[in-house]
Amino acid sequence: MSMKATVRQVNSVSVVDLSGRITLGEGCSQLRELIRDLLNKGHKNMLLNLAEVSYIDSSGIGELVSGFTAVSNKGGQLKLLNLTKKVHDLLQITKLLTVFDVHDDEAKAIASFDKAARA
Amino acid sequence: MHTVTVNAEGSVVEVIFENDLKNVEAAEGIVQRVCTSLGFDEEDQHKISMAVHESMINAIWHGNKNDPSKHVWLQFQVSHDRLEVHVRDEGTGFDPGSVPHPLEPDNLLKISGRGIFLIRSFMDDLQVRSVPGGGTEVTLVKRRNPNKEPNQGGLHREHEGHSTPG
Repeated sequence: MSMKATVRQVNSVSVVDLSGRITLGEGCSQLRELIRDLLNKGHKNMLLNLAEVSYIDSSGIGELVSGFTAVSNKGGQLKLLNLTKKVHDLLQITKLLTVFDVHDDEAKAIASFDKAARA
Repeated sequence: MHTVTVNAEGSVVEVIFENDLKNVEAAEGIVQRVCTSLGFDEEDQHKISMAVHESMINAIWHGNKNDPSKHVWLQFQVSHDRLEVHVRDEGTGFDPGSVPHPLEPDNLLKISGRGIFLIRSFMDDLQVRSVPGGGTEVTLVKRRNPNKEPNQGGLHREHEGHSTPG
């Protein structure tokens, strides 16, 4: 199963609902292009909803890191929402939970962008 | 297209894959069924599956340089206290010790370099050796609980038919 993505705009945040597999090949390419397109359109605040992501491999993790860096370099923020236990564990053992701002409540996640923008 | 061979004792399963990333998911499916038949719990099944996934990616992408004329061999060897998974490619090999540690602060935001780390995290042992005549074989080891009974059906249920890699 390949990756699927839909984008919703909530206030100043692009919420990206992802599902399927983020792995080397199609899944990683799709995610890379999606983040690049959003940045090119001036959307600098992104919330990736991973609730329906069934599988992420090391390349998928690398793609999340790449997106995080690309968005940060443009002065924006990329945050994660609704990690499954498997994805949470992966980010924990790779110490990336210390890098990503992770949320399990969408409204609070959206509010955290607004707070950051006001700070 | 791939070949599956199961010996009479049911202790060895070998699959030959064409060198195509699309076959990684098929390999994961076989891993899941082998692990289920051996009685591994869901968490260990996921760890073994992910370790094999990363090893297959390394073999196809890095070892065989994504060359469609090459192949990857996936073999499971089962004994009472351990499962060994062998992934062999036709590449020139690599030194797992030369891969920068992904948890070092300078490497934390690197895009690549986490595959070997994840394999080591998920398995009890990882060995890499050059195969006489060419190629590299990675051996992944997961210990079994000898007191745990395997599921009904064993490895014979893994037989998938025979086809010749083309």
